[in-house]
Amino acid sequence: MDNRFFVDGEHLSISSLKKKHKLETDPASRTDHMEYMDGMEQIRSDIMEKVLAGMDSYQYYGYTAKDVKAALEHETCTIEDFKALLSPAAEPFLEQMAQRARLETSKHFGNTVYMFTPLYIANYCENYCVYCGFNCYNNINRMKLNMEQIENEMRIIADSGMEEILILTGESRAQSNIEYIGEACKLARKYFRMTGLEIYPVNVDEYKYLHECGADYVTVFQETYDRDRYSEFHLSGHKRVYPYRFEAQERALMGGMRGVAFSALLGLSDFRKDALASALHVYYLQRKYPHAEMSLSCPRLRPIINNDRIDPLDVHETQLCQIICAYRIFLPFVGITVSSRESESFRNGIVKIAATKVSAGVSTGIGDHESKYNGRESDGNEGDEQFEINDARSLDVMYRDITNEGLQPVLNDYIYM
Amino acid sequence: MEDKLILGGREFSSRFILGSGKYSMNLIEAAVRDAGAEIITLAVRRANTKEQENILDYIPEGVTLLPNTSGARTAEEAVRIARLAREIGCGDFVKIEIMRDTKYLLPDNNETIKATEILANEGFVVLPYMYPDLYAARDFVNAGAAAVMPLAAPIGSNKGLATKEFIQILVDEIDLPVIVDAGIGRPSQACEAMEMGAAAIMANTALATAGDLPMMASAFRYAVEAGRKAYLSGLGRVLTRGASASDPLTGFLRD
Repeated sequence: MDNRFFVDGEHLSISSLKKKHKLETDPASRTDHMEYMDGMEQIRSDIMEKVLAGMDSYQYYGYTAKDVKAALEHETCTIEDFKALLSPAAEPFLEQMAQRARLETSKHFGNTVYMFTPLYIANYCENYCVYCGFNCYNNINRMKLNMEQIENEMRIIADSGMEEILILTGESRAQSNIEYIGEACKLARKYFRMTGLEIYPVNVDEYKYLHECGADYVTVFQETYDRDRYSEFHLSGHKRVYPYRFEAQERALMGGMRGVAFSALLGLSDFRKDALASALHVYYLQRKYPHAEMSLSCPRLRPIINNDRIDPLDVHETQLCQIICAYRIFLPFVGITVSSRESESFRNGIVKIAATKVSAGVSTGIGDHESKYNGRESDGNEGDEQFEINDARSLDVMYRDITNEGLQPVLNDYIYM
Repeated sequence: MEDKLILGGREFSSRFILGSGKYSMNLIEAAVRDAGAEIITLAVRRANTKEQENILDYIPEGVTLLPNTSGARTAEEAVRIARLAREIGCGDFVKIEIMRDTKYLLPDNNETIKATEILANEGFVVLPYMYPDLYAARDFVNAGAAAVMPLAAPIGSNKGLATKEFIQILVDEIDLPVIVDAGIGRPSQACEAMEMGAAAIMANTALATAGDLPMMASAFRYAVEAGRKAYLSGLGRVLTRGASASDPLTGFLRD
């Protein structure tokens, strides 16, 4: 496989290095990524089977301009239409796709754009995912905020006017257990109207507990739906298990969460197949859980600390725009989030077409909101960032920019039940 | 003759109600000034917000707030949202919306009937958003609703009176105001619904997505008024039920 992501830190002991190299070079040293590990709940679901069948049979070079035109003329976008819109044949029709996407967005969302900010409360991680800044072999400042520190961060964010928060941790059950995350959710209820979670996948009863603590939305990125590439990128840790991660959203809904969010990390693998699978994942799950709110994110790979070779490959802004327009036309009712991984100009443009949610005032580091928001001098007691962001606009600036685009920024549209 | 819309004992001159889906302050302004709206729907989940964006502050004086329960998936959730609306000062009017489908946002009549009964007993003026079904409409009457609000077409679709025949049945059979909600995309469709005997029209997307908001708002005002006058004049019945011939068809009968 392409090993451009592998980096050896100088801090690693000889035995760690040996283990790391073995995982990287010897597939036999890895566990079976399609086998559940102990403690991982298996639910009865045929969603994965359906999504993978759709993705595996997708031959995007088989679609022509005629298919794309037909797809744009159909009032309801079928799966076949969606496949045509994602294909290379659709690239010359990007402007028409954007026009149609804007129409669909305005029907379902009017001119509203929702805003949120992420709060990383810990960056410990037990996984070795070769492209991620938090991976367990990467030499970064690790940190986990205590409840007092979390509350301080939340207060600073809430003071900026933000009403929706997304709590994130690295994926370490040992360092950031369910109770720890649950307590953070309870604190978030005091300061925010809406609390989302982006943490390691858990079992149904644990999602239920977290919902009772105040969380209402669960985001899990599958990263790539390609099973082979998944296995090559996620070399160890619980994240190695593909089906347990795939079924996280369904378990979250079974646990009573109001909504779930999905994504592939575009650029890891064949982005057209990953985009198709992400949308089919939403499509089939929505049919099974019609009451649930669903949203799609569209992150591209970003450089990380100690590794600047990580980039989104062949997913340029044009392709990203094509994917987002295709998502909107196929799934007009889903939220589409575009994060600060993307540039200011891209985000300003895409909210006019299809994106319905953007982050603002973003830090992907740990415990640094006071220095970033209020200009307090950093004391160095902060955890390192997961990836480099591209759009550093504050809530106030983002709010103003959205308004200037003739759109309506919305800080909250939820009532916790 | 005064022609008032009466809801929960309160009289309204305007028969155009602003829906809540897509909000902006410009929209509220245009709806009140140019469309003449006296009732404005308000999504409690959106209103329940902090200082930066509190919609309650923007509601002009003299306008009746109609908080809705959007976001509710069950009767119980709708009841909780309605009570919250009352607590935060939105008054006694409530539009019940209960949806268990995020794709089409179609109302669940069964859950809505349950919530209507509970809230009507608590003294709310309950306006249930419904799928136009005669049996459900009768249940709403028995549950104490102040009006029924059948959908014309899927919300936000601007498809017009897709459920026209069924709405007509409700107008004919139900002794409550029938307020046509959701799907009205053009003034002509609003006019048509009023000609059929609808008591009022609720719209939002049609205004919110118009090129010139105030002008569209004013177009809706005229359309609603025109439709209402046509209905009151008897024309509506003629148009929808076939014309009456000038010479009687039974004139040949000799005994």
